[in-house]
Amino acid sequence: MTTDSAATGTTRTKARLSDRARGERALGWRLAGPAFVIMLLVTLYPIAYAVYLSLFNYRLTDPAGRKFVFLRNYLTALTDPLFWQTFTTTFIIVVVTLVFELVLGMAIAMVMNKVVWPRKTLRTIVLIPYSIITVVSGFAWLFAAQVSTGFFNHWLHVFTFGAWNLEYDWFGGRWSSLTIICLSEIWKTTPFMSLLLLAGLAQVDSSMEEAAKVDGATWWQRFYKVILPNMKAALMVAVLFRTLDAVRIYDNPYIMTGGANKTMTLSMLVANETINRVEIGMGSALAVILFIIVLIIAFIFVRGFKVDLTGGTRGR
Amino acid sequence: METNVSDKVKTWLGVASIPIMVWTAIPLLWILATSLKSTAALADSTQNILGNFWPKHMTLDNYRLIFTGGASDLFVPALWHSIVVCLVSTVISVILATFCAYAIARLDFPGKGVILTTALAVSFFPVIAMVTPLFNLWRQIGLFDTLPGLIIPYLALTLPLSIWTLSAFFQQIPWEMEQAAQVDGATSWQAFRKVIAPLAAPGVFTTAIIAFFTAWNDFVFSSNLTSENARTVPAALAYFTGASQFEQPTGAICAAAVIVTIPVVILVLLFQRRIVSGLTSGAVKG
Repeated sequence: MTTDSAATGTTRTKARLSDRARGERALGWRLAGPAFVIMLLVTLYPIAYAVYLSLFNYRLTDPAGRKFVFLRNYLTALTDPLFWQTFTTTFIIVVVTLVFELVLGMAIAMVMNKVVWPRKTLRTIVLIPYSIITVVSGFAWLFAAQVSTGFFNHWLHVFTFGAWNLEYDWFGGRWSSLTIICLSEIWKTTPFMSLLLLAGLAQVDSSMEEAAKVDGATWWQRFYKVILPNMKAALMVAVLFRTLDAVRIYDNPYIMTGGANKTMTLSMLVANETINRVEIGMGSALAVILFIIVLIIAFIFVRGFKVDLTGGTRGR
Repeated sequence: METNVSDKVKTWLGVASIPIMVWTAIPLLWILATSLKSTAALADSTQNILGNFWPKHMTLDNYRLIFTGGASDLFVPALWHSIVVCLVSTVISVILATFCAYAIARLDFPGKGVILTTALAVSFFPVIAMVTPLFNLWRQIGLFDTLPGLIIPYLALTLPLSIWTLSAFFQQIPWEMEQAAQVDGATSWQAFRKVIAPLAAPGVFTTAIIAFFTAWNDFVFSSNLTSENARTVPAALAYFTGASQFEQPTGAICAAAVIVTIPVVILVLLFQRRIVSGLTSGAVKG
């Protein structure tokens, strides 16, 4: 603000202007610097350290046997069937939850956008799953699906008029376990998705929709040709946020299956390698691989789909 | 916008919102119901109604178990750890982020974009990638299983988020009003206290709530970087054991879950509108 007025004021001398600008720069960095430096220290430093550690064959129980092996940890990881199994599991969860969350989130956002009654109650209730601890929601779905404590089998038994087996073990197989994990993820994060989409919907000019309606467009045509293109930015941001969040999934499968029946995710593999097997070198290599996967996804979105993430705060 | 919605559409939207609310509420009611079941009712569907959902006879035994009974030495310290660690990391990040966001919103200096982009990039970090190096480092310097050893990584969760959200909030503040107040004869302290502080406070407060939630929710750091002396509630829940070795701690876990959920839900209900704008402000162009 101050530089603007100073820059346009023709009566001011150049020396004073640069003095002032310089002072502002210094003050800016003095205020923003500590936060920036601490942020880098607590995040980039561990990552850099992980990259360094990943080049060693290093077990915590045998510190003397630490040996520089260059990229061998990465090679071992990328040729290990367990890695690819966790990779597949993670991406199944990402794709399934994303598709359902997008469709459900969009539907909920559209209802929230137009609903008159019960507008406030709906907007409040929808926010509650967001505030539940992920571990708690994991336990809730675990207990709900378990044979001994749960109600899923009982309800399905009633809805299918007795065809459903009351003793069905949801956590006995890979696909049924993944179903519950995905359901719980969808329940927990759809509200967040619908809030982002609602914010996007609110920006769609309703007069355009009106115009399309007058021109005889059907509901689907209006949705597909008017609403969606106009909220593309919000849509892409929501998809990116959720994808990157889902790739890191850890709490939910840890609580529900502990990785049994091939339900281990990438994050769980990293933790398992580090904490249980104390293979620091290998754990670090896996952590770096996960980090690179996240970077690739973000890059694809930002470059490929032209998602402008800083636009919200920069473009004023 | 509402004017063009016909009565018929209104009714249908009202009807459509019912399944949404039910779908949201069932798992919540389920946690509550399970926490009110006796040990016998947990494994016996004849003692429950609505298809093994709600107990016929409600009991507070599980709550007694976690506060005064066998599970209390696990739950009560964990609750304190959670509160201390989350509060401290929230306060530190919000203070640092307030200065940072003020500079970004009001001052002109090079590198603003870099700070914001870094904050956003860092919040996409797979946190698990930080666990391995921290686990190794913390063991060497003695921070493993301590409260500071948890507060530091929690800053990595809360600080980028706070910078991002607060910058978005602060850029909406009409800062010219400060000068206007000074022109009208207010001192700079008065202008700050009467004009700017009331405008900035909601944003700071909302950011603090969102940062607190994020820390409160963490399981990755807490389960991997602590063992007993600093374990927070989410990790403690995962390590609960029953009254006897052969008994599942289902009821105790649900009771603990209800206890840690209620304050957060109340916060959300009270500040619903602001939290929504905080969550979406950084994400959506506006």
